[in-house]
Amino acid sequence: MPLILVGGLIFGFGLAYSHMARPEVVLDFLQFDDFGLLFVMFGAAIVSGIAFWVTPRLRERAPLTGDTYGRRLKSFDRNVLIGGAIFGVGWGLSGICPGAAYASLGIGNVTILWAIGGMFAGAYLQGVWRSQRASSGTTPSSAD
Amino acid sequence: MIAELLPLQLTPPADLFPNGLSRYAVGGLLVGLGAVVIYLGTGIAAGASTFLESTLSYVSDQSRFQQYRASRDWRVVFTLGIVLGAAVYAVVWQGGAWTTDVQAWRLLVGGVFVGIGTRVGKGCTSGHGVCGVGSASKTSIVGVVTFLAVAIVTAQLVSALGVSP
Repeated sequence: MPLILVGGLIFGFGLAYSHMARPEVVLDFLQFDDFGLLFVMFGAAIVSGIAFWVTPRLRERAPLTGDTYGRRLKSFDRNVLIGGAIFGVGWGLSGICPGAAYASLGIGNVTILWAIGGMFAGAYLQGVWRSQRASSGTTPSSAD
Repeated sequence: MIAELLPLQLTPPADLFPNGLSRYAVGGLLVGLGAVVIYLGTGIAAGASTFLESTLSYVSDQSRFQQYRASRDWRVVFTLGIVLGAAVYAVVWQGGAWTTDVQAWRLLVGGVFVGIGTRVGKGCTSGHGVCGVGSASKTSIVGVVTFLAVAIVTAQLVSALGVSP
């Protein structure tokens, strides 16, 4: 847990330092007024890519959890495209994504609570819908 | 002389990086480093968006949220870390609080789309964009290309409609 906190601290500090926690900067990037954000995404992906490539070759298991080192691989299906498109609409409209929104709160941007509230509402709607679809096939839906 | 012969559209290119590069490059390296610190210790390739669902598992019994029970505690810690890390930046470098001028309705409606989209699409800018692309995951690369393209079109449209900020 302390390590997760330290990781989160560095992660959040990086988001604030890069100004990605400011919706205006993200919108400038999406409108081609400032391409700097490319360096944030690819810089971060290169750093994590090196670690994901090297670490499993040096040792097998993580010291704190005993989990084997792996890569982040998720199965591909239509949902990746549909969800990605929905996410894109939201990102393009608000200039905010989850990690940057939490960091934005940290830099004192209380207005961002609108976006965080919206994200929770969206995740809740999606979760209820997914839960009901999962249960309707096997058992008749209860009255809740 | 030569300049006069050049057609008008060959005016100097617009500055691609009006704010310089260092803040973006350094910030990006730190974002990656934060993910790596967690990965080295725990083997977890962390994303920021599952926090939404895992935190909802504290208050909702829906089966969809309950599957994240096991990870919900560390995800809260991770998110608190993100907020605190950004706060350190605000206090030490930024010199106080900063607030956005982007209108509340854009943040709210955009947030709802982001909330639905990351859950349907299995990840966000950190899960797919940092850890997934770092893993050379084809799914994540397709995910990133999809949301980046749609976001660019959306932002340009909104701007063309005169919505600002």
